[in-house]
Amino acid sequence: MSSAFTTSAARNIFYGGTVFFFLLFLALTYQNEKALPARDNRANLTPQVIAGKKIWETRNCIGCHTLLGEGAYFAPELGNVYKRRGGDKGGAEFIKAWIKAQPTGAPGRRQMPQFNLTEQELDEMVAFLKYVSEINTSNWPPNIEG
Amino acid sequence: MQFKSQAVAKPYFIAAIGLFVAQVLFGLIMGLQYVIGDFLFPAIPFNVARMVHTNALIVWLLMGFMGSAYYLVPEESERELHSPKLALALFWIFLVAAALTVLGYLLVPYASLAKMTGNDLLPTMGREFLEQPLITKVGIVIVALGFLFNLSMTVLKGRKTAISTVLLLGLWGLAIFFLFSFYNPDNVVRDKYYWWFVVHLWVEGVWELILGAILAFVLIKVTGVDREVIEKWLYVIITLTLITGIIGTGHHYYWIGTPEYWQWWGSVFSALEPIPFFAMTVFAFNMVNRRRREHPNRVATLWALGTGVMAFLGAGVWGFLHTLAPVNFYTHGSQITAAHGHMAFYGAYVMVVITMISYAMPLLRGRAANSNLAQVIEMWSFWLMTIAMVFITLFLTAAGILQVWLQRVSETPMGFMATQDQISLFYWMREWAGVVFFIGLVTYIVSFFIKGSDTKAA
Repeated sequence: MSSAFTTSAARNIFYGGTVFFFLLFLALTYQNEKALPARDNRANLTPQVIAGKKIWETRNCIGCHTLLGEGAYFAPELGNVYKRRGGDKGGAEFIKAWIKAQPTGAPGRRQMPQFNLTEQELDEMVAFLKYVSEINTSNWPPNIEG
Repeated sequence: MQFKSQAVAKPYFIAAIGLFVAQVLFGLIMGLQYVIGDFLFPAIPFNVARMVHTNALIVWLLMGFMGSAYYLVPEESERELHSPKLALALFWIFLVAAALTVLGYLLVPYASLAKMTGNDLLPTMGREFLEQPLITKVGIVIVALGFLFNLSMTVLKGRKTAISTVLLLGLWGLAIFFLFSFYNPDNVVRDKYYWWFVVHLWVEGVWELILGAILAFVLIKVTGVDREVIEKWLYVIITLTLITGIIGTGHHYYWIGTPEYWQWWGSVFSALEPIPFFAMTVFAFNMVNRRRREHPNRVATLWALGTGVMAFLGAGVWGFLHTLAPVNFYTHGSQITAAHGHMAFYGAYVMVVITMISYAMPLLRGRAANSNLAQVIEMWSFWLMTIAMVFITLFLTAAGILQVWLQRVSETPMGFMATQDQISLFYWMREWAGVVFFIGLVTYIVSFFIKGSDTKAA
C-alpha cells in the first residue's frame, strides 16, 4: 500500500464506514418493523399460540427440527408441518397423535423423545404450528416436503 | 512473556482445549446418531448432544478469546494487567458455570431445567445456540463485564495501539450484542429477526475484529514486520468486514416472514463478505513473505497462515455458495448450511485461537518455542485436523446437494426421512472424517507433553 494511504486514514475510513453502515442497518430495521404486520400473521397471535411457543422452546424442539429453515437438520422442517399433515382437515389430529406416539422404538431409526404433554399443551403446540404455517415466507419452502 | 500478569492466560487456554475435546466427542455422538438413529437414545437424545456440541464450542472460543486478550493486552499496553486476581476469579466462575450448565443439559430434562432456573420469569431458553438457562446467561454478562473492565483499565492506563483498540471494540461488541439474547418476543418473526443480532453480528461482525486483532498481534511477533504496515492492513480488513457484514445480516432475512427487499440487500452485501477474508489470506502470506526474522516458533506461523486460508474457504467460499437469495431458496436449512458452519467456525475461530495458544503457550511455559519434535507433532495435528475438516465439509456438501435435489428440486419430491436414508453413505463418510479429526485433536494435546532436547530459553 502506498505511503500516501496512512494508518490514520485507514482508521478514519473504518470508523466512518462502520458508523454509516450501522445506521443504515438501523434504518432498515425500522423499515422492517413497519412492514412486518402485513406479513407476520400477528393477528392470530393468541394466548394459546404464545403458550405453544413456550412449549416449543422448553422442549428444545429446535435442537432437532428446523422452523422456517432455522435450527438443527436432524428432523423435518416444522414451519409448514400443519399444512403438510392435512391443514384444517386433519393437521391438528395428525400432529397430536404423532407427538403422543413417540418414541417409535423402531431399531436403528431416529427417535423423538416422549414429552408427556397434556391435552391442553398439545392443543397449544398445534395452535403455534398453525400460526407459523400462516406467516408469509415468500413461498419458502419450495414444496410441501419442507 | 514480558509481564507477570500475562500468566493468567494459561488456565483459560487449558480449559479451552478441554472443552474443545468435549465438543468433538459430542460431535462424534451426533454424527453416529445421523446414521444409527437410536444410538444412546434415550440417555443422550440428539438435541441434548447438539446443545453440548454447540455450547461447548461457543464457551471454549470465548475462553480462548479471553485468554488471548489477557496475554495480548498487557504486552500491547506495556504494563501489567489491572487485576490478575479478578481475571483468575472470573476464570473459575466461568468454568464452574459452564460445567454446571452442561451437567444440567445432560442430567435434567430440558423443560425441568427451564423451570428450575427461572425461565418463567424471563423466557429466553430453547432458541438455537442461546439454550443456556437464564442464570447462565446472567453469569456470562457478569463475567464479560468484569473481563472488559479489567482490560479497559489496562488499556486506558497504558500504551494504546490499533491492535488493542480493535480487540477491545470487538470484545465490547460481543458483550453488547449478547444482550439481545434476553429479548424474546412472542412474535416468531421478530424473535428470529433479533436473534440474528446475537448470532450474525457476532460471527460475521464483531468476532472478526477479535480474529483480526489476534492474527495481527501474532504476525507482528513471528514476522517482525513493522507495526505500521500490519496495523494499516488490520484497519483495511475490518473496514471491509463491517461494511459488508452488517447489512449482510440480510441474508438471514429471506424466508422468515421479513419483507422481500431483504433478498436484495442480503444478496448484494453478503456476496461481498468473502472479500475481507480474501484480504486476510493475502495479508497473512504477505507478512510472512516479508518477514524480518526467523522466529523459532514455526508451527505458530503455520497456524496463522492456515487461519487465513481456511477462514477464506469456510466463511468466504462456502458462505458465498449459498448466500444469493435464488440459490438459498433451495439450500436454506439443509446440510449445505451445516457444511458451511463447520468449516467457517474451524477456519476462522478455532484456528485463530489455536494460533494464539501455539504462539503464547511456549512463552507462558518459559521458552521462546517448543522443541523441534514437539513442533513437528503439532504440525501433524494441524494437517490431520485441517484435512479432516475439509473432508467433513465436502461430505456434508455432497449430502446437501443430494438432499436439496431429492427433497426440493425433483418433480416428485421425497419426504425428509426418505431423503435422509438416501444420503446416509455421506453421513458415514463424514463420521469417519470426524474420527480422523479427533485423532488430530489427540495428537495436538500430545504435542504439549513432548519435551525434546533443543528447547530454547525465553
